[in-house]
Amino acid sequence: MSSDTSEIIRQDDVTIRFAGDSGDGMQLTGTQFTDTTAKVGNDLATFPDFPAEIRAPAGTRAGVSGFQIHFSSADIYTPGDAPDVLVAMNPAALIINYKDIKPGGIILVNTGSFTEKDLERADLTSNPLTDGTLSGFRVIQEDINQRTIEALAETTLGKKDVLRCKNFFTLGMMYWLFSRPLEPTLEWLHEKFGKKPELFDANTRALKAGYNHGELLRLFQGRYEVPKVDNIEPGTYRNINGNQAVAIGLVAGAELAGLKAFLGSYPITPATDILQYMSLNKNYGVITCQMEDEIAGICTAIGASFAGHLGITTTSGPGLALKTEAMGLAVITELPLVIVNVQRGGPSTGLPTKVEQADLLQSIFGRNGECPIPVIACSCPADGFECAVEACRIAVEYMTPVILLSDNYIANGAEPWRLPAMEDLPRFEVRFVTNPEGYTPYTRDAKLARMWAKPGTPGLMHRIGGLEKHAVTGNVSYDPDNHQVMCETRLAKVMGIRESIPTPVYHGPDAPDVLVIGWGSTYGAIRSSVEALQREGKRIGRLHMRHLYPLPQGLPEIFAGARRIVVPEMNFGQLARYLTSEYPQFKFETHYKVKGKPFFAPELKAHFRTILEEMA
Amino acid sequence: MSELQQLKAKDFKSDQEIRWCPGCGDYSIIAGVQNVLADIGVARENVVMVSGIGCSSRFPYYMETYGFHGIHGRANAIATGVKVANPDLQVWVITGDGDGLSIGGNHMIHSLRRNVDLKIILFNNEIYGLTKGQYSPTSPQGLQTKTSPFGSVDAPFNPLMLALGSGATFVARTLDTQPKHMKEVLAAAATHKGSAFVEVWQNCVIFNDGAFKSWTDKTTRDEQTIMLQPGQPMVFGKDQAKGLRIDGFSLKVVPAAEASAWDPTADSAGPAFVMTQLDNDPAMPRPFGVFRSVLRPTLDDLVRDQVRTVTTKRGPGTLKDLLYTSDCWKVG
Repeated sequence: MSSDTSEIIRQDDVTIRFAGDSGDGMQLTGTQFTDTTAKVGNDLATFPDFPAEIRAPAGTRAGVSGFQIHFSSADIYTPGDAPDVLVAMNPAALIINYKDIKPGGIILVNTGSFTEKDLERADLTSNPLTDGTLSGFRVIQEDINQRTIEALAETTLGKKDVLRCKNFFTLGMMYWLFSRPLEPTLEWLHEKFGKKPELFDANTRALKAGYNHGELLRLFQGRYEVPKVDNIEPGTYRNINGNQAVAIGLVAGAELAGLKAFLGSYPITPATDILQYMSLNKNYGVITCQMEDEIAGICTAIGASFAGHLGITTTSGPGLALKTEAMGLAVITELPLVIVNVQRGGPSTGLPTKVEQADLLQSIFGRNGECPIPVIACSCPADGFECAVEACRIAVEYMTPVILLSDNYIANGAEPWRLPAMEDLPRFEVRFVTNPEGYTPYTRDAKLARMWAKPGTPGLMHRIGGLEKHAVTGNVSYDPDNHQVMCETRLAKVMGIRESIPTPVYHGPDAPDVLVIGWGSTYGAIRSSVEALQREGKRIGRLHMRHLYPLPQGLPEIFAGARRIVVPEMNFGQLARYLTSEYPQFKFETHYKVKGKPFFAPELKAHFRTILEEMA
Repeated sequence: MSELQQLKAKDFKSDQEIRWCPGCGDYSIIAGVQNVLADIGVARENVVMVSGIGCSSRFPYYMETYGFHGIHGRANAIATGVKVANPDLQVWVITGDGDGLSIGGNHMIHSLRRNVDLKIILFNNEIYGLTKGQYSPTSPQGLQTKTSPFGSVDAPFNPLMLALGSGATFVARTLDTQPKHMKEVLAAAATHKGSAFVEVWQNCVIFNDGAFKSWTDKTTRDEQTIMLQPGQPMVFGKDQAKGLRIDGFSLKVVPAAEASAWDPTADSAGPAFVMTQLDNDPAMPRPFGVFRSVLRPTLDDLVRDQVRTVTTKRGPGTLKDLLYTSDCWKVG
């Protein structure tokens, strides 16, 4: 590599999008590039974008699969906005992605997949490579199919298998272009294909050939270097996506409670990975049951909690709707339960693989009866761990179901996660009741949590269920006054959680012109855009809300300082509406986007700038 | 300390007053269960009664055991969670024809296919009682109810066929009017390892009184019913003079001496299935007793075994292993 004489261009921040047919292996190319980049020491964030269909007809626009990585020599908070580089493996991938690329950005096109037939499959009547579509971009055309075939001339693999290596050839080219080492991917190939030498050899050759090709052919004007982050916080890091982080947090949360985790679930995009990941962790005593439907998923979890485990269920919007009645059962039986909702575009089946955060009010209010359930939301992939642990803590300390909101952007986005030290993890060990003296099922502690006695304990036989219970004896009661007492008690218990949660931290100048409030995955785009404006000296601040129900204490004091309050959400203003009902003395302005895509920092920045200019 | 003393049926009664209608068939079923629990000598703290919604589903409140009164149709799913979480508990599901076969039909078939070690009692009164008299998925076609004033046009389920088709390892039927028979069947269910499905014909005195009259009335029942006994010839009628003979895919009435012996443990579910077809022929007696009793691994055991096997193979996981995996890297 040292013999390379290409010009080195230093760049501090790069976003690349890999796009191809869903059979082209772009997700793998992207994750390999990510792992290598993490090890180089850049901060990064990634987001895959794949179709709802597993294998849409090859070469069609519906079948395009993409993977975006944003990496930098400084801290970053989003998977990037307009990419600097697009890798397009076929016409469909090119045509649906090129408009997102920065003006003057690089587009690497695999011309080997641009035959008449390929164009036809992508519904193109003319060739975008020659009809002027791409003017304004630096287009690099290369027949990657042919180059891969040449590189693997000596292999005994069939042509189809040879062509499957073209993603590694492409990866090699990108490694050269961004000065990344090959070693991490070579190690991965060794691990993956160690027992299949032919495949190991073919992919290794393709990777190296792609790298050398970048160097030898001077396809690019130079190569880029993205220096590592200098002030990176010391520690042990691990690349993690949101679903993995939540799964690990749930296993850890049960462990920290001294309980066994029991996950009752049903596969649903984009939450399925949590079930899959937890199913791998049987040696932590984790029990996973893939049930016959969403309702059975939550009901087995409730049964397991009754039996003394930590019941968990994972789902996405439509599944949350199906679980609604059972959530009420968990509320009235006052059993710990964690319900994870990885939100996607709705209503109904909606956009299963796209992002939205429109289940907030459903989570807070969407049940029959007075049925309070604490709601918290994670802000980014790594935050999934802490939030899952926090959900488990609230569930067992307050004997209540808890809803943890994630979304598709967090679930599939990935970033380096600085691992917590073991001694920094909270402990909230459960003590079951064993002494029958004076026990009734609705005996409460100081936090109003019901005492938890598990079946199998002598002398504590009791019955609970969906009918209203007498506040003292725990027997079925239709007494009007008792019902009001029980409703008030359940609400007071959940409101009491305020005592155990922090006031969110405000970041910005005193008495800002604009206060931006966010929750969930808008965190990164809000932080990037507000910080950019702060660097320009604008009086703008931000507040991120993890706990959404009950709301933490101390909010009015923060709101009072701001001249205007803006709440960007991927819904029609659900948090803004809820805050308005809680704090009518303030005006919360909604800024929404429901396109199945996250907010991008530049568009938020532009919006905030407009508001600031209006006020000037 | 676990309860070691010999418990009596009354020890399984909770302090709650039972609120079923006077004359309801449910009273005899709860007495049957309490008797069986006392007889088999299970500790009260190790028994969990799980129910859904309906008249029958109030059952757990009246039992001095652990109890969970769930939501409509979901008892099997809740009970699966209890049993898989703690296989040492004896878990019963109390349900009815509406709760277990209509709104809860899906959970019923799946818990049977998984062979979760649950004792399932399906109170079949062929009517919705708690909502005051609408037709159920077991009501016969033509039944006039509040929602079928001109007669129900729905074809009913045969609960036994459904259970057999779902792969149930234990399938039985009994009647609320025959406490001795019911006790035998419930005892067999209680000691069966695996899903035990027991249909109980239960008379609703208010909304469907007499639905099972020709099979319960002393004057007709001998001719109209046959009590299956494992290993015994299938005989019925006055003086047990008639018998049933299995003839390919059907059954025919023969003199008692020519009757086939009944074997609920056969590998094939075929004979049990053929037996359920008698319900469709008004000229034939209705069978009661244990239709099928076979063994295969239970879900709860398989789950527990898998956790043990993986733990033995990989070693028990620690929190540190969970977080600090091999693909970590260090900075600083």
